[in-house]
Amino acid sequence: MIFQYSLAQLSNMLSEGQISSIELTQYYLDRIDTLDKDLNSFISVNAAGALLQAKAADEQRAAGNASLLTGVPLAHKDIFCTEGIKTSCGSKMLDNFIAPYDATVVKKLKAAGMVTLGKTNMDEFAMGSSNETSFYGAVRNPWAKDSVPGGSSGGSASAVAARLAPCATGTDTGGSIRQPAALCGITGLKPTYGRVSRYGMIAFASSLDQGGPMTRSAEDAALMLEAMSGFDERDSTSIDRPVDSYAKTLNDDVKGLKIGIPKEFFAEGLDPDVGSCVQAAIDEYQKMGATIVEVSLPNAMLAMPAYYVVAPAECSSNLSRYDGVRFGYRCESPVNLEDLYKRSRSEGFGAEVKRRIMIGTYVLSAGYYDAYYLKAQKLRQLISQDFSRVLEKVDVIMSPTTPTTAFSLGSKTDDPVSMYLSDIYTIGVNLAGLPGISLPAGFAQGKPVGLQIIGDYFREGLLLNMAHKYQQVTDWHQQVPEEFTQ
Amino acid sequence: MALVRSDVEKIAHLSKLHLDESSSQEMTRELSQIMSFVEQMDQVDTAGLTPMAHPQHAIQRLREDTVTETDHHQQFQEIAPQVDCALYLVPRVID
Repeated sequence: MIFQYSLAQLSNMLSEGQISSIELTQYYLDRIDTLDKDLNSFISVNAAGALLQAKAADEQRAAGNASLLTGVPLAHKDIFCTEGIKTSCGSKMLDNFIAPYDATVVKKLKAAGMVTLGKTNMDEFAMGSSNETSFYGAVRNPWAKDSVPGGSSGGSASAVAARLAPCATGTDTGGSIRQPAALCGITGLKPTYGRVSRYGMIAFASSLDQGGPMTRSAEDAALMLEAMSGFDERDSTSIDRPVDSYAKTLNDDVKGLKIGIPKEFFAEGLDPDVGSCVQAAIDEYQKMGATIVEVSLPNAMLAMPAYYVVAPAECSSNLSRYDGVRFGYRCESPVNLEDLYKRSRSEGFGAEVKRRIMIGTYVLSAGYYDAYYLKAQKLRQLISQDFSRVLEKVDVIMSPTTPTTAFSLGSKTDDPVSMYLSDIYTIGVNLAGLPGISLPAGFAQGKPVGLQIIGDYFREGLLLNMAHKYQQVTDWHQQVPEEFTQ
Repeated sequence: MALVRSDVEKIAHLSKLHLDESSSQEMTRELSQIMSFVEQMDQVDTAGLTPMAHPQHAIQRLREDTVTETDHHQQFQEIAPQVDCALYLVPRVID
């Protein structure tokens, strides 16, 4: 079945002429049409545009100008600006927003010849861990439709898990690629901060946000990451450093590598069934010749409170641009400027976004800056130093991606703090700016479990290599929920 | 830390958000809950630590002072709520 094929296999089929990009694109558009009704993983489907791009890709192949990914379809999280296609960021505020330009990530993947199937659902402005804050409604988890897919890149995760797209883009501010990847049983990588351009990626918390691939396998993630990474002078925080050839090191031997297991990530709060799956995955690495050592990240549990100061602070500043003047939602008949601002923002933003803007405004306001924002930035330094100390002794750190499997829809919506805690193992990585990957490591209570691997700055190649080796000896990543195997 | 209604109303004003009676009450409860959670930060002594703003400790790049962008105002203003003579319109500010 085509939906089971890897990006490399699809590329092969295209270059061998076994299928055209138009046929392949139509195949996925048909799957979206028939299978996405219950999932709600797409906000916009770009049927006509995708077929035009596919036609151009076929012509490029015929002319001998194809790259590896030419003609392969993908979906973009609706946070990436796409010229001519609605970019809503999951919000009523941007329900009418058609971006006048492409994000650098979109541009790069287009330049590689990839075809945009559509834009995936997400938590509003990427603020959420369950995809329930979207203006376009919740997304369902293809493995258990009464459960959340995780968030904020829940639409991308659900779409890839149900094989409605071969791969998708996501963004990760506190776990928004890794957590939904874990809950939906796919592979998701958050690169080193500065590796992937943030230009045209709608900002939530600028010092934490990072785009990355969400795919079936580590091999697919390697190909996609290579195509989307790189220095961009339009992003002032982009790092000018060559992109590694991730695919070339996928098969490197993991024998002799040192894996650190942070004891704090296996303590109270971790579902024992999730813990067992993760332990079994770690045992698998030991069988492959890696050495396991216990390590400590003593301030790990402070990442969560520090994050809920830094991220809302940056969010309140970034989201001040939505004022009903230049683009986006504007309220009806404003009586004065203050009314225009207040009503446009109150009617355009949902509850979680308002909460975070309020927290951010509070912690940055006169008299509170030092106690909250500055304190959080110092803790961030401490957390980052903990990681550096550990990564001097070990090659990678392994942990569960999330403390539990996918929770039921609606079960945490009334309790923001309990929702925030589902990112407890992923948030520190963002504060430190390190790369992290989540890969499928089995099932607990019939739902997927994710293994998280964290590496030192710019060691995405090593993370992908380790994930790939595990995927050579297990088949968790190849499993597709029954209903979506038709 | 427990916030009171007047704190929340002041923050809402600074945030340029309008909260009605019931949402103001709800927001007071939720914000108090979140701020108490955030106060776990106080458990750690952070004296002597440098605040961290960028993970790579990168500094802002400078570029040549030359024009790199072309004029796109027409394209950008096509999606604006209200425009006249290339100006964004807002309600009257001065009577």
